[in-house]
Amino acid sequence: MEVSVLVPALLAEHTGGQRILQVVTDDVASVGNVLDILAGEHPVFDRRVRDETGSVRRYVNVYIDGDDIRSLDGLATPVLEGQELLIIQSVAGG
Amino acid sequence: MPSTILAIGTKKGLWFATSSDRKTWNVSRPHFLNEEVPSVEFDTRGGRTRILVGIRSEHWGPTVLHSDDLAETWSEPDDGAIRFPEDTGEALGRVWQLKADTEGRPGVVWAGCEPISVWKSTDGGEHFELNRGLWNHPHRKDWGPGYGGAAAHTVLPSPVDDSIHVAISAGGVYRSTDGGESWEARNKGISAYFMPDPNPEFGQCVHKIARDPEEPNTLFAQNHHGVYRTDDAGDHWESIADGLPADFGFVMLTHPRRGGTAWVIPLKADGERVPPEGRLAVHRTADGGATWTALDAGLPPEEFNAVLRDAACVDDGDPAGVYFGTRGGSVFASADEGASFAEVASRLPDVLCVRVARVGD
Repeated sequence: MEVSVLVPALLAEHTGGQRILQVVTDDVASVGNVLDILAGEHPVFDRRVRDETGSVRRYVNVYIDGDDIRSLDGLATPVLEGQELLIIQSVAGG
Repeated sequence: MPSTILAIGTKKGLWFATSSDRKTWNVSRPHFLNEEVPSVEFDTRGGRTRILVGIRSEHWGPTVLHSDDLAETWSEPDDGAIRFPEDTGEALGRVWQLKADTEGRPGVVWAGCEPISVWKSTDGGEHFELNRGLWNHPHRKDWGPGYGGAAAHTVLPSPVDDSIHVAISAGGVYRSTDGGESWEARNKGISAYFMPDPNPEFGQCVHKIARDPEEPNTLFAQNHHGVYRTDDAGDHWESIADGLPADFGFVMLTHPRRGGTAWVIPLKADGERVPPEGRLAVHRTADGGATWTALDAGLPPEEFNAVLRDAACVDDGDPAGVYFGTRGGSVFASADEGASFAEVASRLPDVLCVRVARVGD
């Protein structure tokens, strides 16, 4: 199946300038699986989104069709055909 | 034309100032704007100038980059220069220190990081390996954070043997005599007034240490209250704070060639952390700390911003240049070992680190 991943402008330099990435996964996949596939193609992008333990960084939010994955099942949240993954920085800093 | 280049790492970006005479300066555009820059290093060994920088984004985390063309372009390895091994269960928080080793150890670069850890690179800072000797030290579980975080913030490899000193806030000074395989606490004589036992084996909040250029076993320390010198590589420390207006501060610098010469920038008391009476001054000793001379020519008459532990450095010129930046974003340079200062830049974000190199020789 195919899902869309929307990348924040600040990270587009690490995805070859692309803001929308199409990711082809197995029919049963999680948010973590999608990010793993992206990591293979764009490793620096992945390091900006997740730390080396695999956790999404504290001030990075990941939404699946508008729902924050932290309110769902985190990186184990299932992804369905045609869904959209939005990665966006949260309000942080000063 | 040879010039001096000063890297200024701040809370919100990295600037470079260049000068042909160390008196008048041109300041660059910002690099990594809005990213914290707690560590920067010039590696000038082998006839090449590599700039290493540890940056940290509140959103995107920390990373280490390098530039071999004086900051025209920056590179980082795909898999990251510093990554905690999976078995540690940890993630890199911040790179506090990047330190090129001596000419005799080409390619070796050390990093001190948060969480408290020391790392070694043998490829010029592109990939680092966790120092397991310190990571597995039985004291580690008892090390705690200072106000700025828990980090190994100073790494001092010896130019004459395989010994290395690191300083940890708050853990104190640790010494390895076998290239980093094993480590021992070396804090005897350094006070930890904030602990139930004010003279513990470890736990001191040593803010910065620096090595004497002529006597490798002599080191100077600016502690969280207390200024010290050791002449036996840390086995014993003695106070050299007499003559200073305050024994608190973050900075400790030593001369590039002349033994017994060091600089500190005192701050008043733990609770205030500003220059005493609002009078910013660098204090220099030329006799190992027996006496101190206040140096404030060219500095503002009133200044209430602190100078952080890595926001000061010296160059290897003759006379040596002294540089520092404040949390108020002012940067000062002295081309005469501190006798007089000129402002390099002002109104930058909080200055976290400065490092200097001579290029174009």
